[in-house]
This record gives sequence, structure tokens and C-alpha cells, in this order.
Amino acid sequence: MIKVDKVSKYFGGVKAVDGVSFEVGEQENLILLGTSGCGKTTTLKMINRLIEPTKGSIYIHGKNIMEQQPEILRRGIGYVLQNNGLFPHYTVAQNIAVVPNLLKWDKQKTEKRTAELMEKLHLDASYLNIYPNELSGGQQQRIGLARALVSDPPVLLMDEPFGALDNVTRSKIHAEFKALDELKRKTIIMVTHDVQEAFELGDRICLMDKGKIVQSGTPAQLLFNPVNDFVKDFLKHQRLQLEFKAIKLIDLWELLPELNKEAKASSFEAGINLWEALESFKFNNGETINISKDQNQIKTVSFEQLMTAFYQYKNHQAHE
Amino acid sequence: MNEQQQTLWQFIQQQAGKLQEQTLQHIGLTFISLCIAVLVGLPLGILIVRKKQFAGVVLGIAGVLQTIPSIALLGFMIPLLGIGPKPAIVALLLYALLPIIRNTYTGILGVDAAVKEAAVAMGMSKWQILFKVELPLAMPVIFAGIRTATVINVGVATLASLIAAGGLGEFIFGGISLNNTNMILAGAIPSALLAVIFDLLLSMVQKVSFKKLKRVVYAFPVLLIVLCLFYIIPAKSEGRLTAGFTPEFMGRQDGDLGLRSKYGLKIHTIVISDAVMYKAAFEKHLDVISGYSTDGRLKAYDLVVLDDDKHIFPPYYAAPIVRDDALKKFPDLEPTLNLLSGKINDSVMTVLNYRTDYLHQSPERVAKDFLVANKLWRPERGGNDGIVRIGSKIFGEQYILANMYSMLIKGYTDHEVSTKTGLGGTKICFDALTNNQIDFYPEYTGTGLLAILQASPKTVNEVTVNRDSTYNYVQRQFESRYQIKWLKPIGFNNAYALMMRQQQARKLGIKTISNLKQFLDKK
Ligand SMILES: Nc1ncnc2c1ncn2[C@@H]1O[C@H](COP(=O)(O)OP(=O)(O)OP(=O)(O)O)[C@@H](O)[C@H]1O
Ligand SMILES: [Mg+2]
Repeated sequence: MIKVDKVSKYFGGVKAVDGVSFEVGEQENLILLGTSGCGKTTTLKMINRLIEPTKGSIYIHGKNIMEQQPEILRRGIGYVLQNNGLFPHYTVAQNIAVVPNLLKWDKQKTEKRTAELMEKLHLDASYLNIYPNELSGGQQQRIGLARALVSDPPVLLMDEPFGALDNVTRSKIHAEFKALDELKRKTIIMVTHDVQEAFELGDRICLMDKGKIVQSGTPAQLLFNPVNDFVKDFLKHQRLQLEFKAIKLIDLWELLPELNKEAKASSFEAGINLWEALESFKFNNGETINISKDQNQIKTVSFEQLMTAFYQYKNHQAHE
Repeated sequence: MNEQQQTLWQFIQQQAGKLQEQTLQHIGLTFISLCIAVLVGLPLGILIVRKKQFAGVVLGIAGVLQTIPSIALLGFMIPLLGIGPKPAIVALLLYALLPIIRNTYTGILGVDAAVKEAAVAMGMSKWQILFKVELPLAMPVIFAGIRTATVINVGVATLASLIAAGGLGEFIFGGISLNNTNMILAGAIPSALLAVIFDLLLSMVQKVSFKKLKRVVYAFPVLLIVLCLFYIIPAKSEGRLTAGFTPEFMGRQDGDLGLRSKYGLKIHTIVISDAVMYKAAFEKHLDVISGYSTDGRLKAYDLVVLDDDKHIFPPYYAAPIVRDDALKKFPDLEPTLNLLSGKINDSVMTVLNYRTDYLHQSPERVAKDFLVANKLWRPERGGNDGIVRIGSKIFGEQYILANMYSMLIKGYTDHEVSTKTGLGGTKICFDALTNNQIDFYPEYTGTGLLAILQASPKTVNEVTVNRDSTYNYVQRQFESRYQIKWLKPIGFNNAYALMMRQQQARKLGIKTISNLKQFLDKK
């Protein structure tokens, strides 16, 4: 879907990005992770040609982006900025309608689509006619997301989209983000320097340092098979929490007991990670939860059973 | 005493028509030039945002233009564009450019980088970004620039009257030369009010929320154009003669008022400063002007004086006028100043004026040459017995006289001298004298009679039968009213005169003012 091939960007003598290559599959969610100044933003902006690479090439759908007119290219790529970049002189509705207007949609279509997105993003329709500065940071960020999503572009680039939010708001938005069907259909590249966020939202992670990619892989690969000490050190903070986030219930499926109580507990897909499953015990009164796999297999497990399976899994990883 | 002290309100009522006309002209001048300045400055500002390598040059040039004194800028315009509204508008436009260009530039550069980036990232083209994002967001800053430019223009537009472009400056400068405070205020107060009102209105525009911005952006140009229309450009009427009179001449009995009442002269007239009047006549922008009979430019520009066959320009003496207490303080001052009395007749003065005004010799040199030739010059004594302060009005003849007096005082007494030359008009000069800012300056009996004493027409008729009766009347009145003494007349007689180009006068067969009237009536 997106292929970045030996791309470099030099600012004078500074090698902001130095020979970076990666691929992102259809509907995959790739995270560019790294410390401040390692070249994440620069890498991201080269994909919609906000920055022209010094060397290397980038393909979207197999087409070299340098061969397309930048305006046309950009209209097909959603972009969400850290401090939202909403137009202060436009109302919320006008902000969302920017790309549709560039694409010459008719008014009704734009209005319908806007209303749909507002609902999906839990934004009240009364916000449509007010100006961004009258909204909270979290609401503004959602409007920024709506603006990027409105024309349903197949690709979405996000630069620290939740960076300016407090922790509570951020985890709430994370949950919504994962639940949003719109996003499940998209190929997303997201920049963050927050490891927890990367583990929570990413299918795969590219860990960068000094303009280069140190390791790329799934959260579990980075966590359990780090290529060097840099990766290990980068992930050592709150490691247990990261492990919970890196491991999905489906990874533990074989290690969970077979017994099936059919209790009236809440149900979850096996695709969620262990962190979410454990968190759910906080909010549910029940002793157990139901986990469903492939729609027909269901297992009912308790908190202790999940933790046991987790330790077995970790042992197993360590021996591999 | 003054015949009757007119109040400001009475003056305004009496001159309401003129005041309205001048105010509208003033607004028109301000906004026509502003309109053009916006049309030029806004694109230039945008250009230098796009091509930053030009920013320094463009802002530099606009900055330098702003530092040229307004009077000088108007002066530069005359050879290029003549007199009247055209040069005035161009000069105003040049003043208005800097704030508009600069604020457009900084306004656009100041737009939040994240917002600009978002616009690019969404696929807007350069122009779309300019019109939909950069300009709307820079608008408050740009309006601030337009606001500054407006206030500058309202102020500078008062000077437009000096080159015959009308506006409230006609009252202001007329009032200064006629010693008429009401007239000055009738021009100054409305022009100050205009500045305050426009500033207020634009500051309101500047603060409107984005919601209403769109409407304002459309309404603003419309309003601007409407305001421009206030200025009905006083076109030079084809085939007819145009007169250019100084503001002072316009208000004097021995001036435009007399021309109308005694001669019944009706001529298309524009108001102009005497600094540019002669040149404008020479360059055929004007046909008839109100000059001084001893002015050197008469000779320089080949002009001819029309014979005053009905005697509305009474002959006047020039003489130094001195405060009594200065005479007491410096007992040797009076004999020293009187050294010059009777020494300079009309033709001598004209030649002296010709040398400064046309040959551009320094007044100092001309003064010294004259004193040496008349064996009056003595080297400086270098004494330090108090300082005598000399004043002079703002034209060549007065500079020459001030220099002569300065040399005489230094050579014949032990006093030091300080000169305050170039005191705008009669009012400024005379106020400086009565307020003890200067000790003496050269004045003319006619000006003393009409502008300072403001004698009634009846008195004027009685005392202007000859030079000496005028002199005696003025001397008595000044002594009793102001404790100011008229010393002995210098000799020459400087009166108003109507002048035309020699060639044109000959062609039309005009020799006297009555001839001129007949010619005008025939048309
Ligand atoms: N326009 C520019 N001109 C010069 N140097 C630049 C420019 N943009 C970025 N850099 C440099 O390139 C390097 C990478 O910058 P980049 O913005 O990609 O970092 P980042 O990983 O996004 O950091 P952060 O997490 O702080 O946003 C930095 O050293 C930065 O100083
Ligand atoms: Mg960054």
C-alpha cells in the first residue's frame, strides 16, 4: 500500500532522516516511535510532500508520489496535526467541509457526511456553527480528525494527534479511536513519542533513532525480541503494562482453560489485548468474562486464569 | 479695538458652504489616495511574502518615502504632475504605502504555521491558501495598517491645499496667514475630528469577529469608493483662465474680496501656496496669480504685473516692528535698525529677491554684498551684551532682511544675535513677537492694517489714501494696542499684484485688471 524506499532528508548538514525504508500494508496501523528530534515528523511529511526528500522514493498504491501533482495527492491523504491546525476563522462545519469543497462535492452530500462523522465522533451537532476556539482541546482534536476523515481517504497520516491532551482524555480518545469503524478501513501512519500509545494503537511499530529505523515489528516482537540495548532500554519503563498491551487474547487462546460456563458475563473479541481484558474487570461486577473467537468459540475466564496464561506465555517466549 | 469679535460658531455658520466643500474634498483626497495605496500596497505586501529576497528593498523604499517631509514631497511632485489633485493624491498615496505593505507582510507571515501547514496538507493550491487562509487571518493586522495610513493621510491632506488640491488646509493656512484664529480652528477641528472618527471606525472594523469578517471584507471596498466620490476633482475648465491665489489673498480686502467688489472680477480660482504659485504660472498650470510686487520670481519667470487701475492694492511700506521693552533693553537697537531705512527701493528689492529666488544665492551673501556696496558693512565686534532675537517669515525677502539686520547688529553693537527665520505666516510671526519669543521682525503696513489690526472696510478706505497715512495709522494702533513700535520704513513698497505670463498677456491684450475682467466677461 505505502512503500518508503531508502528515503533521506538533509537539512543543510543535519541528517534529519537517513536512509529509512518501510512498508505499510492495506488497513494496517503503523506507528513511528522515537525520542524528540529523531526524524519522525520529517518522515511523515515526506509522504504527503509537505517536505521533499533529498534521496529515495515513496510509493502509494505502487505509484511514485513525485509523479503526482501535490495538491491532488494531498486531497487523497488525511492529515491530522498535533495542535490540530483548525482554521480559526472557519466554523466547525466549514472546517470539516474544506476538503469536500476542494473536491467540489455538492452541499447536501457534505452536510450528510458531516452529520454522520459528528455522530461517530460523539460530537454534538450544535457545535457545527461555533468556532474552534470555543471548544475544548479534546473536542478540537476530534474535529481535526473529522476534517481528515470526511472525504474518506484511504490513507491517514497523524502527527502526535493526541500529544496535547491530558491522560484521562487521551485514554478515552484512544478507546474511541480503536472502536471507530472508519479507521479500521484505513491505512494509518501515526507518529508518537509515547510508548504506551504506540503499543495500544499500533499493529506495527518502527522505532527510530537519529534519523534511522532501529527496529520495526509488532509490539510483541519489539518487546520480547529487541534487536539491541537501545530498543530494550526504550521499552523498559512500565514494562509490565507494555507486555499486557503487546499480548492479545488470541495469543493466549491455547493457554486458557476449556471450561465453558456460559455465564451471563460481558463478552469480548479475542482480538483485544490483555490490558483491555484486565481493565474490563475493573468496570464489570462479574468474576469472569466471555471471550469469543471466530464468532463461534467462546471461553469464559477469570482474572486469575488470564494472569496464569500470561505468565505461561512469557515463559514460553523467553525460551524461544 | 477689533470691529467686532466674531465667535468660532458664527464663522462656521457664515462659511458653512465652504466648510462642507472642504471637508468633502478632504475626505475624498484621503480616501482616493488610500484606495490606490491599498490596491498597490496589498499586492506588493503579498509579493514580498512570496519572494522574500525583495522584502528588504520594497520595505526600504517605502520607508524612505515616509521620511521625506510632506511639504518637500509635494514640491517634488509639481514638476512631474503639475498642481492640483493629481500630485496631492500621489504624494498621499506614497505616504500611505509603508504601513499597508508592512502590515500585509507581517500579517501574512504571522499566520500560525500549523494552520498554514494544515491548509497545504489538505490540498489547497497557493492561491486558495492566500485567499481562504492567509488573507482572512492576516486581516486584523492589515486593517491596522490601513488605519494607520488613514490617520496619516487625514493629517497630510491638510497640506494638499498648498498645491491647489483643496481640503481643510485652505482654512488652516488661510487662517495662519490672515491671523484669523476662527478660520484656523474651522479647518483644524474638523480635520482632527475626521482623524479620530476614521480611526475609531476602522478600529471597530479591526475587531469584528470572523463571523462578520466576510461581510466587512465586501462592504469595505464599496465604502471606500463611496468616500472617494466625495472628491469631485476640480478640473481645469477648458479654454478659460485659471487663477491661483494664496489663502491669505483669498481673505483680504486688498485681495480677492476687493477684486470681486471693486472690479466684479469672476474667475475660476484655486487656492495655492505662494511657494509654488509662480512656478505653476510659469508652467502654464495657472494663468493669473496673486504675487508680491517685489518678488524676484516675477523677473525669473517672465511674468508681468497687471495695472491696478481701480486701486484696490494700496501701496505699503516695509519696516521692522520691535517690542517696546526690547527697545528699552537695547537702547542702541533702534538707530542700528534705522541704518537701513530709505536704502532699498522697489527695483533694488526685486533684484535682491531675484538673486536668492532664482539664482539661488544664499540670503546671507546677498545681504552682505548689499551692505558692502552701500558702505554699511562692518566686521563683527564679537560682543556679548545680551542676545537680540530676530524673526522672519518664510520667504526670501524676509530672509535677506533678517540677515542684513543680523550683520548690522553684530557690526554696530555689542549684542549677540539669534535668528528665528522661517516662521510660517503672519500669525505665527506676530504671535512670536507678542509672546516675547523674538524681539523684532520686518512687517508690511498693509499686513499690519488688514491681517493684524483687522480694520473694517470703512477704516481701510479712510487710511489707505496714501502710504504715509497708512503707516501713521498702523504705527499709532500698534503702539497703543500691543506696545510694539514701527521703525522707519525701509523704503520699498511691497504690495499685492495680479500677474500673468508676459506672452499670454500680450497675446490677449490684457494690460490692466479691468482688461482682464472685460476679457473674462466676453467669454
Ligand atoms: N525545516 C528544518 N530545517 C532544519 N532542520 C530541521 C527542519 N525540520 C526538522 N529539522 C531537524 O531535523 C531533525 C528531525 O526533526 P523532526 O521534526 O523530524 O523530529 P521529530 O522526531 O518529529 O521530533 P519531535 O518528537 O520533537 O517532534 C531535528 O534535528 C530537527 O532539528
Ligand atoms: Mg515531530
